[in-house]
Amino acid sequence: MSGPGGHADPAYLLDSSGPAAPPRDNGELVFAAPWESRAFGLALALTEAGLIEWEDFRQALIREIGGWEAAHPSGEGWSYYECWLRTLERIASARGLVDPGALDERAALLAARPAGHDHASHDREGHRHQGHEHDMHNGNSRRP
Amino acid sequence: MTTAADHIDPAVRAEALASLLIERGLVDQATMDNFIKTYEQSVGPMNGAKVVAKAWTDPAYEERLLADGTAAIAELGFKGPQGEHIVVLQNTPTVHHVVVCTLCSCYPWPVLGLPPSWYKDPSYRSRIVREPRAVLAEFGLELGEDVEIRVVDSSSEVRYMVLPLRPAGTDGLSEQELAALVTRDAMVGVAEVAVP
Repeated sequence: MSGPGGHADPAYLLDSSGPAAPPRDNGELVFAAPWESRAFGLALALTEAGLIEWEDFRQALIREIGGWEAAHPSGEGWSYYECWLRTLERIASARGLVDPGALDERAALLAARPAGHDHASHDREGHRHQGHEHDMHNGNSRRP
Repeated sequence: MTTAADHIDPAVRAEALASLLIERGLVDQATMDNFIKTYEQSVGPMNGAKVVAKAWTDPAYEERLLADGTAAIAELGFKGPQGEHIVVLQNTPTVHHVVVCTLCSCYPWPVLGLPPSWYKDPSYRSRIVREPRAVLAEFGLELGEDVEIRVVDSSSEVRYMVLPLRPAGTDGLSEQELAALVTRDAMVGVAEVAVP
């Protein structure tokens, strides 16, 4: 098949409470912050909808990661999901799914929201976080 | 390409992208949430652990697993994205496999779930190829000089999974008890399976 299409197969749902059950298996959450899971879910949903090809996404992600590594030889500031998100932004723009100008505008608008209205306490991103994350999928449910 | 948006918090950019795509009806929140929930809660290394335990206890299954990983894994109900071409590599007392994706983060999702952060890290991806023995030692895995280390790169259609050595002293354990011993790290090849 072409990529990560398909909803959760019932077979996946077997035995998720065993001794090795994720998300905390081997001591690590799958996503470090709600926006990471949002970027992940977006990529899979766009692929399932046939709007992007997984292999195109993968190749674009490889280029994005390669570009980041070339520009940051020390590796400082690395964020896998930032590369993932930039790849998604580029590919969504290139496919005409979003207008790059509209995307910048919307991001600026969201970033300008007054502090305090949002659900920043749900986000564990620490110092990078500027307090404007609106958690649309109930991040609390997967917090330890 | 750098845009003004690159300087905005990724959490805000992800929200902006999602909101525009949802407004245009190109994706919906429920579909996104379903994928997220699946990989947070339902798909993970416990799947691979069952595959390994079955291979340890059923020689015919082990043979099928090594011949066609995807098909043998599907026998247990595990299939889906990033599982189309799974190749299972068997460790022996003299050959140890360790998996990397040097270019991005290719990983056999149906059996291991999503990769841990160290697997995606530029340092692991470059160093495990150059100095595998040193990197494995940092993971706490000291292999004898007589053990050949084979580093395999998943940057292709193929997704690799390691079939670790069954530890000594586990003859009396059931398949289920064995599965509980198998860790994600052992199936990536940065650890061995230990008896607690």
